Amino acid sequence: MKNWKIILLLAAIFPACVTINIYFPAAAAEKAADKIIEEVWQLKDGQDSSKEPVAPTETPAETPAK
Amino acid sequence: MKKLLSGFVMIVSMFVANWVAAAADLEVNTPAIAALKASMQVRHGQLSTFYNSGAVGLTKDAFIAVKDATAVPLKDRGGLNSLVSAENADRANLYKEIATANGHPEWQADIQSTFASRWIDKAQAGWFYQSGGGWVKKWGLPQNGGQ
Repeated sequence: MKNWKIILLLAAIFPACVTINIYFPAAAAEKAADKIIEEVWQLKDGQDSSKEPVAPTETPAETPAK
Repeated sequence: MKKLLSGFVMIVSMFVANWVAAAADLEVNTPAIAALKASMQVRHGQLSTFYNSGAVGLTKDAFIAVKDATAVPLKDRGGLNSLVSAENADRANLYKEIATANGHPEWQADIQSTFASRWIDKAQAGWFYQSGGGWVKKWGLPQNGGQ
């Protein structure tokens, strides 16, 4: 009965997985908290602003007088 | 027998997949959480001046509290209290939502205490936070590691 051994093995693994899932993932929680806090307090400095392109909206300032 | 075995394998693999997903990241992208974030973001525009003046401080249990109402003009004090309680209601909901979104309502307290230290860590210099029995003013630049 080979199947018996397999079932026994699975029966051993199954509760282990459930147990692991119960632990609180502290590192993931910190990461998630940081992300939310940065959004709420709008702390992301130098990420979007550094990418700010030189606006081409000012071209009429050259005033082609001719 | 074979049917039983394959059913068992399926259940186990479902749990494994669930566990892997849970270990990688915490789910924080639900509509409820997004709405809370948006509401808190808007409110922060008003709250930030109160943090700066020391009227409001960060508590050690991941909420905010009125620390010194006299730092606020008399006419604004009513608004101050309702602002603080609205923020705290959002925060309580946020911690609860994150826990339930990840299928673990019992994580709420852990999530809240994680937030407690992260809020303070990310607070600007000059803001007040609760430590031990009293209020502490957050010091300048190099206190928190990477931004």
